[in-house]
Amino acid sequence: MLRVESLVAGYGRITCLHEVSLEVGAGEIVALLGANGAGKSTTLKAISGLLPIRAGRVVFEGETLNSVPAHQMARRGISHVPEGRRILARLTVDENLELGAYARSDRKAIRQDRDRVFGLFPVLAERRRQLAGTLSGGEQQMLAMGRGLMARPRLLLLDEPSLGLAPRLVEAVFSTIRRINQEGVALLLVEQNAYQALRVAHRGYVLDAGRITLADTAEHLADNPSVRSAYLGG
Amino acid sequence: MTPLELFAQQLANGLTLGAIYALIALGYTMVYGVVQLINFAHGEVFMAGAYAAVFAVLFVGVSGAPWGVALGVAVGAAVILCAALGWAIERLAYRPIRQASRLNAFITAIGMSLFLQNALMLIGGATDRQFPAIVPALRWEVAGVTVTLIQLLVWGSAAAMMAALQWLVMATRLGKAMRATAQDLTACLLLGIPVDRIIAVTFMAGSSLAAVGGVLFGLQYGTINFHDGYLIGMKAFTAAVLGGIGNIPGAMAGGLLLGLIESLAAGYLSAQWKSVFAFGVLVIVLLWRPTGLFGERVADRA
Repeated sequence: MLRVESLVAGYGRITCLHEVSLEVGAGEIVALLGANGAGKSTTLKAISGLLPIRAGRVVFEGETLNSVPAHQMARRGISHVPEGRRILARLTVDENLELGAYARSDRKAIRQDRDRVFGLFPVLAERRRQLAGTLSGGEQQMLAMGRGLMARPRLLLLDEPSLGLAPRLVEAVFSTIRRINQEGVALLLVEQNAYQALRVAHRGYVLDAGRITLADTAEHLADNPSVRSAYLGG
Repeated sequence: MTPLELFAQQLANGLTLGAIYALIALGYTMVYGVVQLINFAHGEVFMAGAYAAVFAVLFVGVSGAPWGVALGVAVGAAVILCAALGWAIERLAYRPIRQASRLNAFITAIGMSLFLQNALMLIGGATDRQFPAIVPALRWEVAGVTVTLIQLLVWGSAAAMMAALQWLVMATRLGKAMRATAQDLTACLLLGIPVDRIIAVTFMAGSSLAAVGGVLFGLQYGTINFHDGYLIGMKAFTAAVLGGIGNIPGAMAGGLLLGLIESLAAGYLSAQWKSVFAFGVLVIVLLWRPTGLFGERVADRA
């Protein structure tokens, strides 16, 4: 479904990704693990068009996305929920969700999808007329994910969805990820919390200093000694 | 004229001037909201609107037509030209440097202002130009205060346009996308919002408001000059800062307030010094309340 081939990208004179290749199959959850600064978020940004691709290719459903501008990705079925959530603090919850569906015009289906999001995150329904900036961190994460789903993506790129959340909320976020996946959405998941990520993911990659150093099923990665010592606390 | 009547007359004059300031101030504040740029060429766009109206009325030849038709021709020409000008300014001058530092944008804006000012001089002439008196000079005495038809038009159209803008920004999909772009451009890209188009539309909307302001200014004061745009534009910018730059209701209130301050200062203190009072307000606001009267907390932008 998504195939990244020898991707090179960076900021200014610095190259952050050195020939990164990875794949996400239809219906899969794929975890992208690695230390801070390994290039996980950069990979997502290059896929979604926020960062120019210097070499290599990003292919989604058979089409090369290299020169597709970022604002066209939602229309093509890729939704990117960025690092730091980036909810629109001075807009209401409802308005945030509405803008999540900006690329679509099928009003009826949009309303159905909004109800679906409210089903996944009931607290958003309670707070729908509230300004998004007044939500708690966990609620903001839910809003960011819900807003990403409003584009009705076939692939969801999730960047650190559990960052800064209380343990109980982390559990909730990961069980939601599983539910989203069960509805047929493929996910590429960037996570610091390797333990949780490998529990929901089917497969995973380890990124180290801009290079893929390991690629395996989630089970094997969780048993791999070097992964255990580096990311799972021994 | 009793002191009270004099005061009321100054208020009426101040509200007229203030309504025009407010229409122009909205363009500064909308553009600042979405791209954090002070579009110093906006005052020239306002003047270009007035000139477009003059030429349209001359060329179309509206004598004999009802004054409403003549006014429609003037406003239509001004709005079309200014919207196109706003689009072109954004596309040609500001978009290429959107990623550059603020200083680059600042210098570009000043350069664009000078360029347009000189273009207006070449096209419209270096001397004062008579603005055609297309609206009948009707006047009424209300409780000792003289109110003209033109003043009623200024108040009515300014109020209607501000209400329309408020509706556009708060209730429509486009308006929501504008507010979203103002908050987080990157997040908007990821949502599939065509940010470039939203920014272009914002420039066009702000320029259209300035166009109407230009026609109203010409009607009210009778003559226009190519460099009027600079001074009036600076005052409208002051009004936007007074209300809180980036804040739409703030620009409306700031415009009205500045018009009142200026006209009261002219009436009671010194007409020659009225611009000093207006810009004194700018200095005071920048010193003591840089976020303006309706200023937003800057923290949630970070």
